Amino acid sequence: MAQGILKNAMPVRVTVSLPAPLVRLFPGSCEKVELEADCIHSLLGELDRRWPGMADRLSDSSPAIRKHINIFVEGRRARLDTPLKPDMQVTILTAMSGG
Amino acid sequence: MAGQVHILVGTKKGAFIFDGSPERTEWALRGPYCETWPMNHVIADRHTGVIYAGGGNEWFGPAVWKSDDLGKSWTHSSEGLKYPEGETPIKAVWSLSAQNGHLYAGVEPAGLFVSEDKGESWTHLDGLRKHPSRADWQPGGAGLILHAIQRHPDDARKIWIGISTAGVFYTEDGGQSWTPRNKGTRMDYAPEGQRYPEFGQCVHSITMAAGNPDRLYQQNHCGMYRSDDGGRNWESIEAGLPSTFGFPSAAHPADPDTLYLLPLNGDSIGRFMPDGSAAVYRTRDAGKSWEALRNGLPQENAYFGVLRQAMATDRRSPAGVYFGTSSGSLYVSNDEGDSWHAVAHHLPTVLSVEIIES
Repeated sequence: MAQGILKNAMPVRVTVSLPAPLVRLFPGSCEKVELEADCIHSLLGELDRRWPGMADRLSDSSPAIRKHINIFVEGRRARLDTPLKPDMQVTILTAMSGG
Repeated sequence: MAGQVHILVGTKKGAFIFDGSPERTEWALRGPYCETWPMNHVIADRHTGVIYAGGGNEWFGPAVWKSDDLGKSWTHSSEGLKYPEGETPIKAVWSLSAQNGHLYAGVEPAGLFVSEDKGESWTHLDGLRKHPSRADWQPGGAGLILHAIQRHPDDARKIWIGISTAGVFYTEDGGQSWTPRNKGTRMDYAPEGQRYPEFGQCVHSITMAAGNPDRLYQQNHCGMYRSDDGGRNWESIEAGLPSTFGFPSAAHPADPDTLYLLPLNGDSIGRFMPDGSAAVYRTRDAGKSWEALRNGLPQENAYFGVLRQAMATDRRSPAGVYFGTSSGSLYVSNDEGDSWHAVAHHLPTVLSVEIIES
């Protein structure tokens, strides 16, 4: 399902955890990142600015977070339009999938 | 001196490469590559030696991987490989074709993209998805996939593609406009009287005869066909085969009358080797007659299938023929199919086999 994109909020500094299978796809990336963003969509944009192509690995053209990717903000499952507050912990995980 | 032959293998769990001895009798396996993503099609640009691998990962979506050094290192990209917002997102890349500086990718749901910068970025050729028949295309067992791309060797604008189950389509303007080319191919699972529609047939593979771009061979879900007019008309050549059902077809590199097939037992009784006895079928007269090639292949308890992109020929003389099975075996013939030997038995399910000579 397409997820709305929040605009015009102030970026805040958050900490992001990336899953190991994603880090392996992008040489130079790491499992813990600090960055500034106002929502999950802009967070993915900031990841993509640092490691081009990373946003496409985590979101699709619906636009939405990919079906088998989970992004949690302070322990709650998020969408692209989920807003961020200062010092929040954002955890990106690969979901149970495959065979 | 003949160069080295490498077998590029796409599997359900990554890409693999076999490096062959000059005689094509000894093979060394490397891989898995591409982070073990399912790789539907691994090819090489014959002129540049660049290897491309197309696939899709359940977590991370579709991408085309690239190696400039025969598989030692890889990068990946999907920049531009997407449909407009609101459309069903692309799930995976299913077919690749590199020729004359243009790299094409067929995807699921069916559509065609082109890259002019060696796979760094992609542009959607939306003429196919704007085709008036688009709303009536039905997905096959693997989804609505564009799995076959055949290019005219001398005219980059002329392309044939195969979609399961929309059929064969042709463009001669580089992908802006398309016409169905399915006349004469059958659709057994349609009601009587509707079995030769303009589109909707379940093409499984298309291959072009050596030195004759007007001659195409097609393995279909319902029969085996040859066209001598670029796909405008298709003629059944299935008489003499053990079934009308199979997936791959591979043309001889020099003789336009020679073709290799791997017929399975049928679409509703297991889709494996007929009677559990493996055979490649070869014609040397453009489909008028067929011979079963069994020397070196398992003749009992062979309950494997071979998928649509999992057979290839090399460009040597005598020609080498190669196929990979759904059960993870890879078979090689270095004498035009007269004899075979297995070079691997425990790969993941083989999805594609292609050859590069370095």
